[in-house]
Amino acid sequence: MNLKVRKNAVREKTWKLVVTFQNTAGALAMESFCMERQLPGRLIPVPRQISAGCGMAWCVAWEERELLGEALSRFAGQVQEQHRLWL
Amino acid sequence: MIYLDNAATTLKKPESVIRAVTEAMGALGNVSRGVHGASLAAARVVYQAREAAARMFGCPGPERVAFTCNVTEALNVAIEGIFAPMLEKGEPVHLVSTDLEHNSVLRPLYRLEERGAALSFAAADEKGRISYEKLESLIGPDTRGIVCTHASNLTGNLLDLVKIGEIARRHGLCLIVDAAQTAGVFPIDMVKMGIDVLCFTGHKSLMGPQGTGGLCVGEEVTIRPLKVGGSGVHSYDRRQPDSLPEALEAGTVNAHGIAGLLAGFSWIEETGMEKIRKREMELAIGFYEGLRRIPGITVYGDWETLPRAPIVTVNLEQMDAGELADLLWTDYEIAVRAGAHCAPRMHRALGTDRSGAVRFSFSVFNTEEEAAAAVRALREIAGQR
Repeated sequence: MNLKVRKNAVREKTWKLVVTFQNTAGALAMESFCMERQLPGRLIPVPRQISAGCGMAWCVAWEERELLGEALSRFAGQVQEQHRLWL
Repeated sequence: MIYLDNAATTLKKPESVIRAVTEAMGALGNVSRGVHGASLAAARVVYQAREAAARMFGCPGPERVAFTCNVTEALNVAIEGIFAPMLEKGEPVHLVSTDLEHNSVLRPLYRLEERGAALSFAAADEKGRISYEKLESLIGPDTRGIVCTHASNLTGNLLDLVKIGEIARRHGLCLIVDAAQTAGVFPIDMVKMGIDVLCFTGHKSLMGPQGTGGLCVGEEVTIRPLKVGGSGVHSYDRRQPDSLPEALEAGTVNAHGIAGLLAGFSWIEETGMEKIRKREMELAIGFYEGLRRIPGITVYGDWETLPRAPIVTVNLEQMDAGELADLLWTDYEIAVRAGAHCAPRMHRALGTDRSGAVRFSFSVFNTEEEAAAAVRALREIAGQR
């Protein structure tokens, strides 16, 4: 089996905008919306700085956060919290 | 085999449904358990199925579609989860239903009755019809809800959900609908019809696999979960999350089955619900016209009112319903359903509670030749007695 291995296993940390949602349906709706419009970001496990529980969050580079304005307005009712995190 | 038991489950499925399940079994992880590619692939499929269900049933949002293993589970979730908490608080609970109901509605209601709920049923006449005025007259100061089917699984008669929705709204009642026999074939719009909870099964007209179903929950409705357990979110909370759909989906969701259900929704959207309904009605009416003059045959239900579900239920004079179904199978390879059809009140209303009846039910995949062969078989059996 061939596994793709990062040569640099330590990922360089940068500031990120991390958006959590009321439910997973909200996170998936956000993903669907952003993918259709080729907006930046991806789903990640909710970082432990936000919650020790499980779940998924939308993560985008901090400097690209303004591109998500329309998406965040559209899903405002489902967004739980927004965090600036060093990830 | 000529399969005419589609009201029990559709046997012939679109190829796309079978392919979707097969592919899902080789590709999908567990929904909401991790955020890796396989888990996300499952989550996306299930979310798309929620979107498809919300679109088809006029549900206020995809997050308000919760999947269950069948319509019975969905009805139990709704009936128990809405009304049991009222009883536990000592509130009076009176519920209205109809004689058309399947045991999937009746037994959850009877169980509430054992714990103090009062029940009233709109009576059906000898053709299986109810009076909407009489249904409304059953409502009293303690009435909290109406629970009813969209179509009788025995006669195929439809209930007028627009009328029942108006009655429910007029009296501020919660309306729960069992759409087992109609979801995927008849237009349903929760908001327009005033439906608070719509319960559906995946394996009948929605063309999905067995083990799929769900409920669409209106915006004003709160349902206490029937099951609690793993949710994939809020893992340190002692209680099940309140938010939908996780609140009603404890444990692993049947993503493989739901992938097939999603393909079923897509197939219906592509084929056209109206086209499917028209085709099924042509087959059922053609069959009805062919058999209704056979000597000794009794056809049940209201054939003067259309539309109706494509179900034709009969008895042959002086012949046991089970014997007739068995003859159809052994001598003609025609698959039908005899017995009580889990609809005891409907059988009593029709006067068939002792004899049972034989149900023929059509799908869009049946043919005129199959319907004609079933008529010929009945005519031969009737002539031989």
